[in-house]
Order: sequence, then C-alpha cells, then structure tokens
Amino acid sequence: MSSNNLSLLKLTVNNHPGVLSHVCGLFARRAYNLEGVMVRPIADSESKRSRMWLLVNEEDRLQQLIRQTEKLVDVISVEQHELEGSVFEHTEDFFV
Amino acid sequence: MSELAIEPEPQTQHLAGSQLLIKLLERQGVTHIAGIPGGANLPMYDALTSSSIKHVLARHEQGAGFIAQGMARASGEAQVCFASSGPGASNLITAVADAKMDSVPLIAITGQVPQAMIGTDAFQEIDTFGLMLPITKHNWMVRSAEELLEVIPRAFEIALSGRPGPVSVDIPKDVQNQMIEVDNLPSPGVRQANPTVETQQVETMLSKIGQAQRPILMVGGGIVYANATQALIEFAEKLDVPAVQTFMGLGVLPSDHPLSLGMLGMHGARYTNLILEECDLVVGLGVRFDDRATGKVAEFCPKADIIHVDIDHSEIDKIMPSVLSIRADVGDMLQSANAMLETNTRPVWRKRVEQLKQAYPLILDGEDDLFRPYGAIKTIASLLDDTVNITTDVGQHQMWVAQAYPINRPRQWASSGGLGTMGFGLPAAIGMALEQPERKVICFSGDGSLMMNLQELATAAEQDLDLKVIVLNNRHLGLVRQQQALFYDNNLSAVKFHPDVDFALVARALGMQGVDLGLVDEPFEALKAALLQRGPCVINLPICETEMVYPMVAPGGANRDMICGECA
Repeated sequence: MSSNNLSLLKLTVNNHPGVLSHVCGLFARRAYNLEGVMVRPIADSESKRSRMWLLVNEEDRLQQLIRQTEKLVDVISVEQHELEGSVFEHTEDFFV
Repeated sequence: MSELAIEPEPQTQHLAGSQLLIKLLERQGVTHIAGIPGGANLPMYDALTSSSIKHVLARHEQGAGFIAQGMARASGEAQVCFASSGPGASNLITAVADAKMDSVPLIAITGQVPQAMIGTDAFQEIDTFGLMLPITKHNWMVRSAEELLEVIPRAFEIALSGRPGPVSVDIPKDVQNQMIEVDNLPSPGVRQANPTVETQQVETMLSKIGQAQRPILMVGGGIVYANATQALIEFAEKLDVPAVQTFMGLGVLPSDHPLSLGMLGMHGARYTNLILEECDLVVGLGVRFDDRATGKVAEFCPKADIIHVDIDHSEIDKIMPSVLSIRADVGDMLQSANAMLETNTRPVWRKRVEQLKQAYPLILDGEDDLFRPYGAIKTIASLLDDTVNITTDVGQHQMWVAQAYPINRPRQWASSGGLGTMGFGLPAAIGMALEQPERKVICFSGDGSLMMNLQELATAAEQDLDLKVIVLNNRHLGLVRQQQALFYDNNLSAVKFHPDVDFALVARALGMQGVDLGLVDEPFEALKAALLQRGPCVINLPICETEMVYPMVAPGGANRDMICGECA
C-alpha cells in the first residue's frame, strides 16, 4: 500500500441479507470515499458473523466516519487496522 | 400507551403472520394506526378488524406517516403507520425521511409482493428495503412469520433507544399469510438503558462554565426528547446562564423566562445572534448545530469554545469541533450536574445581555393588525392558553410562528425542522389531536403548504377532531418569493398561484367548517368564535404577499449579517 491517505477498517457485522447495503449505503449518502471492500463470513461463527475490510480515503473525517459506521445496527464492531500485512496487500495485480 | 397489556399466553396459538403482527403491536401498547390498505397488506387489515387497535384511514400514505408522527411527537412513544407495496410504500417515504431528520420514533410497516414474485417487476412491486434504507435508523424485509417475533419488538427498541428515529418493516404477503405455532410471545421492545454519565466529565464541564466570562447554553430537541425540561431550567437558573433555543428546542424554556433568549439562527432575533457573537463558551445540549442555526459555520460564535452534550456519538465534532464532549442522555447529564451545582450569579454578563436585548429587540412589525402576519399570530395566541398544541407547515408562516407564538412547554410544538416538509402541518395536527383529544390543536399553514396534503381535511372531518387550520394566505409560495425578492433581484419566478382558492369552501366540501376572515364583517369575532368552538375548521386569513420574515440571514451567510426590514 503506497498512499498515506488510506485507512483500513476491520468490521465485524451480522451475516444476513442487507448488511452490505447498509454499510455501502452509509458511505454513499455521506460521500465517504471507499477504495476497497473485502467481505467473507467469519469461519468459526456458524455463518452468523462476517468480517468486512474497508479501505477508505477519508483522513480528515475518519473519526466521524467510524462513529457513523458504529451506529449501524448490524455492525458489531469497528476497529482501525494497520495497512501493512492486510488483506489488500498484493492485490494490485487483480486490478489492472 | 402507558399500560402495556402483558398477560400470560399459556397455550400454543396457531396464527397467521398478519395476526401475529397485530398481536405484537397490541402488546407494544399501540392504540392507533394510521394507514391505507391495498393489495399487498390485505392480510394485516383482515387481522386488524378483530383488534382493539383503532385504525385511522388517511387519504394519502404521506398523510398516514405524518399522522403517526404527530402522535409520536406529542407522546414520545413509537407510533405505527401502515401502507401497501409499491406506491403505498413510496408515498410514505417523505414522512419517514422527515422523522429521521427530526428524530421521531416512527414505525413504518409495509406490505410487499409475495417472496416468489420479488424481483420480477410484479404489480405494485418496489424495492422498499432499498428505498427505506438511507432514511431509517434500521430497516428489515421479513422473510418468515417466525422472524416477526424478533423483528417487531426490536423495531420498537431501536426506534425508541438512544437518539430516537424511524424504522421500517417490509412484510411480503406470503409471510403475512404463513401460519405458525407460537408458544410464547416475546416481551415488548422498550428503550435501552442510557449510557452511564461520567461524573468526572460533568465536573470538567462545570469547571469550564465556571471559568467562562460570557457563557451561553444552546438547547435543542434533545432536551424535549429526554423529558429534561425541568432539569434544564434548574441547571440554567443555578448557573445564571442565558439560553438560546434551536427551532426544535422551542418550548424547552417558557418564552417569558428571564434566561430565555429565544430562537437563534437564520430568523432569530438580532439580540440573540449578537449575544452569540460576544459569548466565549457555548454549551450545546441536545443540539446538532444545524446550518439554519449556525449560519456560516466558520463564523459561528467566533470567540467561543464549544462544549457538546449529545447521546448520538456521531453528532460530536460533526459540524463544530468541541473542547469537551459528553456522550450521554442530556437529562441524565443535567441531573448529575444539578446535584453538584451551587447557585451562582453572573451580574456582569447578564447586564450585557440585557443591554443587547434592549438595543436590538425582536421587532414584530404589525403585531396589532389582525391581517398582518405577527398580528394574526399574536391575536390567535391571545385567545388561547398553553393547553393547546401547535403545528405548522413550512415557509414564512412557520418562521413567523417560531418567532412570535409563545411556545411554553415541551411537545406543545410540532413542526418539520430538518427536512422542511410542506404538507406536514395538517396530518401532524390530526395525529396530535388523536393522541391528546383533550387538547385543541392549531395548525398554522400557508396556502402553498396546505395544498400539499389538503386531502387530509377529509380525515380530520371524519375523525371529528378539535383542530383548527389557520391559512395565512398570501396566494404565493411566500418564502420562495422572499428569497427571489432579496437575493434574485426581485425576479419572481413560479411563485404566484392563479386563481385564488376559496379554502373555506374547500373545507366545507370536505366535510368541515370553513371561515374566510377576509369576507366577514367582524373578523375578530368570527376568528374568536371559530377558534373556541369545538370541532374541525379551516380559517382563511388573507395577508399581503410582500410581507417578509425578518431578520433574515442569507443562506450561507454569517449570523451577524442579518437583513432587517423596519429594524435597520
């Protein structure tokens, strides 16, 4: 990851229909810049939870973005995560 | 809605999804549902006939949504509206979005086409889940009757908890018809416990207020929703700190309270905005620093630090960076603070505030003339007492009422603040009248706004409510006209209505009384009689289209730059 402006968020969310819509809808209507999304069910949760990795470009409004995301009912937790060693590393080749 | 009917449910019941839904709503204490039936919610309406819940048949789903809002704004309880799929659901959208902006606990329950037909462009199919998603706190599409057991109590819990707001539940017709066996019904959903108030933060806040020379409280709808009016008055009086009210906060302090500085912002009094120019600390209590209140944000209270208390974490530092923030129910915080507070006085600052009040008063031009806006509002107020509820529509009349009508108690006042929805006033008034039939309700409207939900006059007539609609009739979209006059070189575009509408005749056509004060010999006596008589009535009151709302801050301008009419 090269850009300094990017932040990585690690979300734990309920795994049922509509959750991705709620998260992406929030980003769209508040005009937050979303650079990448990776979602899979959490392996040992009997598919009740998903992990959502969000790559965002919102340095100035990051706290506001996190607080808004935390308000979503299906979002269980939001954590900031290091870019290094993340799920998005080495993915550039898939996006050429 | 206070008595929740929770009786033991010992045996297994065989219920259709729709019957289960109605049972769960009864257990929530719901007494009225406003709505309109249609193809996709027929099972709900079938189940409703054997329920104790009274249905209020609106004439348009937006009306149903605002009727439920009126009930919710008057009571603080979550209220329900029903609509069918497709246009029924889309017609609800504006009322739901309005509830989101003004934090009103509204539960919109819609029928949907059967699950097997979803995605086929079926008759009256629309993506209600997708439409409701950005304008609710949370929303669901229910996929089985069993899910209702979880979703309905949760819908009430979410609508009422933290910062209140709307939720939407979309129920496909096959789910409404699905039979299930229910052994135990879930407990009704209630408001979750508030976050704990950190005493140390309250101490820090009090110490910052103590150190400030010229502090101001800025109080908003959060005080109303937290039932914290008395705590706020005690807090302000003990501190001896004056308070400005936001539009949503009107009624938190009685209008004649010595510490009340009235409404701030775009149409605030000159002294109110000028005091904010001088203050060195603003304590925001249950406010969200809306642009109509702050004016140009970079120049709002230029000398002041901000302390912000709100239950919604995402409001903290959203608009105004704060030196201290407390995430709490504002009522809990005030009680904690009041327990620590000794009585203070601030003679120097209070004297300066009085000077500004005297030097830059709110001028209500024409307040002695019934056919001038302030005169009409003052006359009507003089004929009524504080037991009446007030709603408004949106436009000039709304701002005149906000400036001039003495709103003296919380929940006396219902108006579309955030979304600014023309057409709000009449159905909201119907809802307030249904919720509190012992109170008369006055809906101040304009000839532009009333037209936007005019059909609900028939609902008001049918329900025989003690509801009066005052039409401040300038035959124009007055606030648009005002902006064109002030900011577009008087180039009036699409603001005049041809021909004049006879609103008194319209009222009679829809089954209620109508009076036109412009056509009677003794208008004051006619107004008095119409107001004091019980029952629904439209009162048309002609005013001149050149009347303006002053002061006015230009959109995007700083609050110190107020345009005045007579007062310059």
